[in-house]
Amino acid sequence: MDKTKLVVIGNGMVGHKLLEAVVASGAAAQFSITVLCEEPRPAYDRVHLSEFFAGKSAEDLSLVQGNFFDDNGIHLHLKDKAVGIDRAAKTVKTAAGAEIPYDKLVLATGSYPFVPPVPGKDREGCFVYRTIEDLEAMTAWGKKSKVGVVVGGGLLGLECAKALKDMNLQTHVVEFAPRLMTVQVDDGGGRVLRKKIEELGVIVHTQKNTLEIVDGPGMGVAGRYAMKFADGSQLETDMIVFSAGIRPRDELAPLAGLNRGERGGIAVDEFCRTNDPDIYAIGECALYQGRIYGLVAPGYQMAQVVADQLTGKTESTFRGADMSTKLKLLGVDVASIGDAQGSTKGALSYSFVDERKQIYKKLVVDASGKLLLGAVLVGEAEEYGTLLQMMLNGMSLPDAPEMLILPISEGTARPQMGLDALPAGAQICSCNNVSKGAICAAIDEGCTTLGALKKSTKAATSCGGCGPLVTQILKHELKARGVAVSNALCEHFAYSRQELFHLVKLGGIKTFDELLEKHGKGHGCDICKPTTASILASIYNEHVLKPKHAKLQDTNDYYLANLQKNGTYSIIPRVTGGEITPDGLIAIGAIAKKYGLYTKITGGQRIDMFGAQVHELPLIWRELIDAGFESGHAYGKSLRTVKSCVGSTWCRYGVQDSVSLAIEIENRYRGVRSPHKMKLAVSGCTRECAEAQSKDFGVIATEHGWNLYVAGNGGMKPRHADLFAGDLDHDTLIKYIDRLMMFYIRTADRLQRTSVWLENLEGGIDYLRKVVVEDSLGIGAELEADMRLLIDTYECEWKKAINDPAVLKRFRTFVNSNEVDPNVLFVEERGQIRPANEEERKSRLGSIPVVTESSH
Amino acid sequence: MKTSPAAAQWIDICALDDIVPDTGVAALVNGVQIAIFRVGGSDAPDALYAIGNFDPFSDANVIARGIVGDLGGELVVASPVYKQHFSLKTGICLEDAEVSVPTYAVRLCDGIVQVAP
Repeated sequence: MDKTKLVVIGNGMVGHKLLEAVVASGAAAQFSITVLCEEPRPAYDRVHLSEFFAGKSAEDLSLVQGNFFDDNGIHLHLKDKAVGIDRAAKTVKTAAGAEIPYDKLVLATGSYPFVPPVPGKDREGCFVYRTIEDLEAMTAWGKKSKVGVVVGGGLLGLECAKALKDMNLQTHVVEFAPRLMTVQVDDGGGRVLRKKIEELGVIVHTQKNTLEIVDGPGMGVAGRYAMKFADGSQLETDMIVFSAGIRPRDELAPLAGLNRGERGGIAVDEFCRTNDPDIYAIGECALYQGRIYGLVAPGYQMAQVVADQLTGKTESTFRGADMSTKLKLLGVDVASIGDAQGSTKGALSYSFVDERKQIYKKLVVDASGKLLLGAVLVGEAEEYGTLLQMMLNGMSLPDAPEMLILPISEGTARPQMGLDALPAGAQICSCNNVSKGAICAAIDEGCTTLGALKKSTKAATSCGGCGPLVTQILKHELKARGVAVSNALCEHFAYSRQELFHLVKLGGIKTFDELLEKHGKGHGCDICKPTTASILASIYNEHVLKPKHAKLQDTNDYYLANLQKNGTYSIIPRVTGGEITPDGLIAIGAIAKKYGLYTKITGGQRIDMFGAQVHELPLIWRELIDAGFESGHAYGKSLRTVKSCVGSTWCRYGVQDSVSLAIEIENRYRGVRSPHKMKLAVSGCTRECAEAQSKDFGVIATEHGWNLYVAGNGGMKPRHADLFAGDLDHDTLIKYIDRLMMFYIRTADRLQRTSVWLENLEGGIDYLRKVVVEDSLGIGAELEADMRLLIDTYECEWKKAINDPAVLKRFRTFVNSNEVDPNVLFVEERGQIRPANEEERKSRLGSIPVVTESSH
Repeated sequence: MKTSPAAAQWIDICALDDIVPDTGVAALVNGVQIAIFRVGGSDAPDALYAIGNFDPFSDANVIARGIVGDLGGELVVASPVYKQHFSLKTGICLEDAEVSVPTYAVRLCDGIVQVAP
């Protein structure tokens, strides 16, 4: 069968979405696909471009999953640009001279930044903000600069201002119009936004028409350049970034006889087809009914429509898109819904301004007051999801619509949108085009957590703005299905770990028996006992081996060592921050040699000694403690290690002393018990040799302080950590980790690592920032005090154990004999012991009769 | 507990106090490893159970080091290696009824724990 030759020009976000949609349709095998991409790398996330300045790499931003192109037989031409289309011959000509035949052609050429024709705009320090190469050039120049100006106060301009701020430049925004974000917000919203942004140290200049850019008066003193404005004023700066809007990349169209709009854009119909039925245009280069859609969500919709058309689902159409948007600009929440300016005839508005907290909210309703037409939210945008759905689905407003935006006081609830009234077709996640119906279907298929829903439907996985709404739907639908979502820990307790934690803390409960008597039933089990032991340890930090807690401990905590497959244990002394003296190394070596232990370096920069039997543990630890070591808590669900790179003390590139900080952090949190193990790391520069972004809590040095990352994970399901806060000073960093760790301990499920915890946390990282940074729940001081108690009451469990005869008595292989376990057999491999395998064990046990003496 | 065998077969193992309430110890009796559990504790009279110490799933002698509890009313110990549950009374594995560990008679006599292997 002859394959349809599909050529896609452009591998931006939308072009790539088209490829993914074709692959997802299962019909990719019918096509021979060629992609032309003029940039040196395939698709990346332009929406989150500013994160490049907060430490993300080009790879982090990549949208290409694994070997997507190879796996699906797609020919990708990087650094090659289409320069002509021969519609008669049906070929695309490239800059490299190739002529690529097509049956179907898709133009996904995107847009370019508009640079106003100001004399001097081509000077060396002038940039645009579009590609990773632009960012690299900005970074290089930024290093030589003190002051930066962004021309354009729109959405992208403010993103760009964040980038300049991240480079630690004195940052100015110059806008031609009287307010920021002219398209999305009204005057009131613009005022609050400006005030908020100015408080963050960005200097805003509105109503400034730049006439020319000349050499600065001081030549490197006041700035390299001066921008001269129409009102006679001027601004000195070292670099200028133009972000004054975008223009469609439509230059191929007129050459090929494809229709263009008057002000640019390749004209398409509802099938995203140009005037040539075999040529489509999607994304920011396409013009539908006189309009360019400069957001990613409509672009994705167009990509889906074209994929549908190509694969035979001809009923699929694009009929315009809602341009509502919610984003965080310089840390300020801004949302704009529908007719934000109230330009519909007869429209009425409600508004609420809180100048102290700097919050602005406005509703635009129709003349009857029954329908929502639009809204503006600045400073706080939690209502976005609800309001958007009301507007999109024409749902009727409550009698007092103002209640939707007024602050809620204690004891009153904001009127909720009737989720039942939301039609199945309502689009909940616009980034990934997930409808309410799709969410309900996933719930029917067994997704009962937010994490499972995200994985299954992709809802709330891009911008995350719909997360709260998805959660509401999930809860509502589960209830409607009569699914009592049992979060019971086990058959003995009808409570989740989080609920048990609160019962223990509020009730001052100190033992498992008391908890079982008050809130549970039966004897308990291997689920609830260790969970309770962990909770008691997290709250009171009592020695885990106290007689009353002994029966609760998993064997690792009972014997303070890690059980291995043959019933022996391994031992890991603490090597704080991975720093160890030669004497320490010698001591560990000598002890391992004396007891015949297998030694291996761990991933957490420590030394693990394997093959110890129960009765040997105290003997080994006596010697380790005498040599100055302490318990490494490798056996506990607790803080494990704080890995570090060598840092600025030795490294040519290090900018901060990562080893000292790692040691300080490890000593601070050592022994802290938690729902699951916690791993930390500190890197001394952005080269990130300590791999902090794969840790539960990771710290990376910057030139101005420390960046804090949360919820990274290696292991079975790797997860890149999220940047929680940047450029923190030492004390703030420690304060945030105190709060984060304690909040995790309080609220996570049993055996839930921080990665899954954050994925399932309602409101995600924004919510976490509110709780930790803004102290929105008012529990900041309490979290710190709880952590302080754990820090102040730290004790080395092994030091205590070897000095307590009652505890030592438990460390016996046999209660009635001094024999060793005859089933524990080792063979030699590479100069060390390893457990004998089944065959080796059987032949040894069989051939040598085991003679044992009973002690009775 | 099983029917008491002839008195001569009872072998002293340890004092009751040598077993922390709601935990187990391992004993070596004529070359056989036995896990002995003390269940009950403060308010109820102590009950003793004895089953094989060898875990058929991990091929290691570890059963005595498991956490004691009850599942569906059945007193069990969870193997510390792969967490299968074994009935303290019958030795049968709750996850796979085909698999079991042996059981032994055990009693308390004048504060001394005795088994009859």
